[in-house]
Amino acid sequence: MSKIKQLDSNSPTGPIETAWDRHRFGLKLVNPANRRKLKVIVVGTGLAGGGSAGALAEMGYNVEAFTILDTPRRSHSIAAQGGVNAAKNYPNDNDSIWRLFYDTVKGGDFRSNEYSTYRLAQCANNIIDQATAQGVPFSREYGGTLSNRSFGGVQVSRTFYARGQTGQQLLLGVYQSLMKEVNRGKVKLHTRKEMLDLVMIDGKARGIITRDLVTGKLERHYGDAVILATGGFCKTYYLSTNAMASNGASQMRCYEKGAYMANPCFTQIHPTSLPVMGPFMSKQTLMSEALRNDGRIWVPKAKGDHRPPNDIPEDERDYFLERRYPSFGNLTPRDITSRAIKQAVDSGHGVGPTKVAVYLDFKDAIKRDGLTTIKEKYGNLFDMYTHIVDESPYKVPMRIYPTAHFTMGGLWVDYNLMSSIPGLFVGGEASYEYHGANRLGANSLMSATTDGCFVLPTTVSNYLGENFKTLAKIDDKHDEFEKAEKSVKDRITRLLNIKGSKTPNQFHKELGKVMFDYVGIERTEEKLKHAIEEITKIKQLYHKDLLLSGDDAMNIELERALRVEDSINLGLLMARDALERKESCGAHYRMDFVDDEGEAQRDDENFCHVAAWEYQGQSEVPLRHIEQLKFNNIALTKRSYK
Amino acid sequence: MSSNTMTLYLQVWRQKNSNEAGAFSNYEVANVSPDMSFLEMLDMLNEDLARQGLDPIQYDHDCREGICGACGVVINGEPHGPGKQTTTCELHMRNFKNGDAIVIEPWRVKAFAVLKDLAVDRSAYDKIIQAGGFIKVNYGNAPEANSLPVGKDVADLAMDMAACIGCGACAAACKNASAMLFAAAKISHLALLPQGQVERKKRAANMIKAMDELGFGNCTNQGLCEDACPKGININAIARLNREYLDSILTCNF
Ligand SMILES: Cc1cc2nc3c(=O)[nH]c(=O)nc-3n(C[C@H](O)[C@H](O)[C@H](O)COP(=O)(O)OP(=O)(O)OC[C@H]3O[C@@H](n4cnc5c(N)ncnc54)[C@H](O)[C@@H]3O)c2cc1C
Ligand code: FES
Repeated sequence: MSKIKQLDSNSPTGPIETAWDRHRFGLKLVNPANRRKLKVIVVGTGLAGGGSAGALAEMGYNVEAFTILDTPRRSHSIAAQGGVNAAKNYPNDNDSIWRLFYDTVKGGDFRSNEYSTYRLAQCANNIIDQATAQGVPFSREYGGTLSNRSFGGVQVSRTFYARGQTGQQLLLGVYQSLMKEVNRGKVKLHTRKEMLDLVMIDGKARGIITRDLVTGKLERHYGDAVILATGGFCKTYYLSTNAMASNGASQMRCYEKGAYMANPCFTQIHPTSLPVMGPFMSKQTLMSEALRNDGRIWVPKAKGDHRPPNDIPEDERDYFLERRYPSFGNLTPRDITSRAIKQAVDSGHGVGPTKVAVYLDFKDAIKRDGLTTIKEKYGNLFDMYTHIVDESPYKVPMRIYPTAHFTMGGLWVDYNLMSSIPGLFVGGEASYEYHGANRLGANSLMSATTDGCFVLPTTVSNYLGENFKTLAKIDDKHDEFEKAEKSVKDRITRLLNIKGSKTPNQFHKELGKVMFDYVGIERTEEKLKHAIEEITKIKQLYHKDLLLSGDDAMNIELERALRVEDSINLGLLMARDALERKESCGAHYRMDFVDDEGEAQRDDENFCHVAAWEYQGQSEVPLRHIEQLKFNNIALTKRSYK
Repeated sequence: MSSNTMTLYLQVWRQKNSNEAGAFSNYEVANVSPDMSFLEMLDMLNEDLARQGLDPIQYDHDCREGICGACGVVINGEPHGPGKQTTTCELHMRNFKNGDAIVIEPWRVKAFAVLKDLAVDRSAYDKIIQAGGFIKVNYGNAPEANSLPVGKDVADLAMDMAACIGCGACAAACKNASAMLFAAAKISHLALLPQGQVERKKRAANMIKAMDELGFGNCTNQGLCEDACPKGININAIARLNREYLDSILTCNF
């Protein structure tokens, strides 16, 4: 019998509009007196983790919440600028839950589960109500109602925003509610603690091993269920728009304990980030997508044109998005835009000192709307750009280039957000749910918040209700804790004792380069095979030649070394997943699977599924299981933006 | 983008942990590009230290784009260094010249213990928020968002106050190591909005009490906090805090 499984997402059946309500009604409850006896471990305190920790505590469960950072308020949700979607239809532009659902499924190129995506669209309205009640200062109209804007290439205005700091404000709302529960004694907060292993007892997730990042002490924490909400893993590419802690190490720890990793190859490369300024660069700051509403993207028509941009006459410029996609122009979706930019650069038309950038020009917008209007709209972003690049976008066009931004892939979960390990739940960017092969702008704050505040509290309760009588009473003396702690300790000792010649950062940069060049915007079988070879070499060398300074107490280099080790394995898995997905869909563009016009060619016959990888050992090839996707509500159509 | 690299002479505060005394160490850093951020310069120094078998310099950082509030060191006596409304991670080396000497220290605030080198414990800020910096509303079915109109001017002002990133520069800049601007920003944000009215008085009193208990100093209106704030939070917030506080002790009977 084949070892390959057909996974069941445990989705409801029947009419999709009532599916979540019907499903919820069937879920188990835990009576309030018993909730006090149960404890949930929450790893990560962003929108998904902070939300679920706060919500479960309000319900009466005991919660222990963990973050790498020195306070939950710094979790990377904080960096989201653009906004959060919800189909409130306040602007009366014919938006609806169905349309948000439709846009999300289509935007994801039909690689997400219809039932969970519908639930997401349904819960979104609740986010806006909840956040408003928490005091989130959303932008408002003069009449006092909430403002909306259009974002990410959709044709309705459904994006709610708090100036250019929507993620910050939503997170602070969630953080404050979490602090309320800490104050009530229902949440025990563990900051500067990094989860380094998952502990399983009787086949169920029962706890974690953490490292205190200040003292270096390893600690054991046990509970009745574990929620992993550790965010995305764009740092696998080294350069990205993400924070330094946005790594996939926690997912890899769970993967190696048996949780399946789903669609790891689906990475969104955002078209408008700042270009690489030099080899020292540690992150590429995002320039919001909103800029494409007014900025025009172009390169010189002639290859290797060295003239300053303002000296290049109009008829010698190629506005390649407007030329190639006349109906969407500069507003094509992220994946298509990134590809077009890379093609312009690869064909010798790149600009700036490194020639790895294109122009984003506001000249015409300033002429049309006036300097004041443009300043009002984008002043913050222009200032940020000037800070970093030392040029004024009011006078000289911005230089931009794509970079890794969001991981649609992540741990596999079912409709209840439970992974393939009973008792291990995953929410937010750490899981693969909802966004298929491509995420729409402003849809991720929506999914992280929905998971955290509305779905996980319900489904984790169901699990606890179902297992209340059978969950063994345990403590941290259990053999499995002993074993897990020892393996973490051995791992740290091993890394500290390699005493080679290359720092974790050097390895990380090498990994990132392979990932961007070969598992990036354009992929081919040959490139991916090459990536697997190269990453395997990096992996072997890492174990022989790592140079790690400092000791096992507070040590910024040791933190990096542990994460980079997992990133290397994750990079390998991403390349493998990309190699096996022999089609182009969403952000996964295989140059060997295109139509006559060079546009992505999806293969619904063979790949209309989620790939979920099961670990088989450090040097074994993992198993690729499948969750078949069915589209009963939205017809499978080709995504065309011509 | 510039190709002229610099050599800088750094004096960095080194301290093994919160129990041991610290001292300055000197480092020469060559090949600093003006396009580097301050943290990228420290990354480069740490790589050099690693190759020499020396302990890396510890500092906090995460987003590296001025929004998470993790980074923050005192540079030549100024929290977050030269430049208005800039966090340490946003500070670029083009603000320095070849041959410059730079003194780098952690926040010096009684309520923030130094953990190691440049990293300090800012959990006291979380504790101020725990004392009341929230609106007591549970997750579930909150009222329809548009059922409570809020004037644009009020919402905008609340947003100005809510922009605080909790980095600690205000307390680090203050001669009294006071957390007044931090607390004032949150108290103002919530006091301005209709949602924050119910517990308004209790909130101000509880947060200020926590601040005192945590060992932060008093405000003597020097205004250094406002200058150091990377998010431009206006010192008027403190005036509002004082009003809120007075009102709460005069009228609140809890
Ligand atoms: C620059 C930028 C702009 C964006 N803009 C938008 C936007 O406008 N709209 C939108 O919808 N989305 C946007 N996104 C995406 C969105 O912000 C994120 O996908 C979302 O906020 C992720 O939330 P989360 O709760 O899953 O994770 P995060 O907020 O990333 O939280 C992860 C948490 O896990 C912790 N953690 C990680 N590993 C461990 C470990 N091993 N042990 C303990 N703790 C750990 C971290 O410390 C942190 O607390 C943007 C993303 C970026 C990078
Ligand atoms: S690292 Fe986030 S503000 Fe500087």
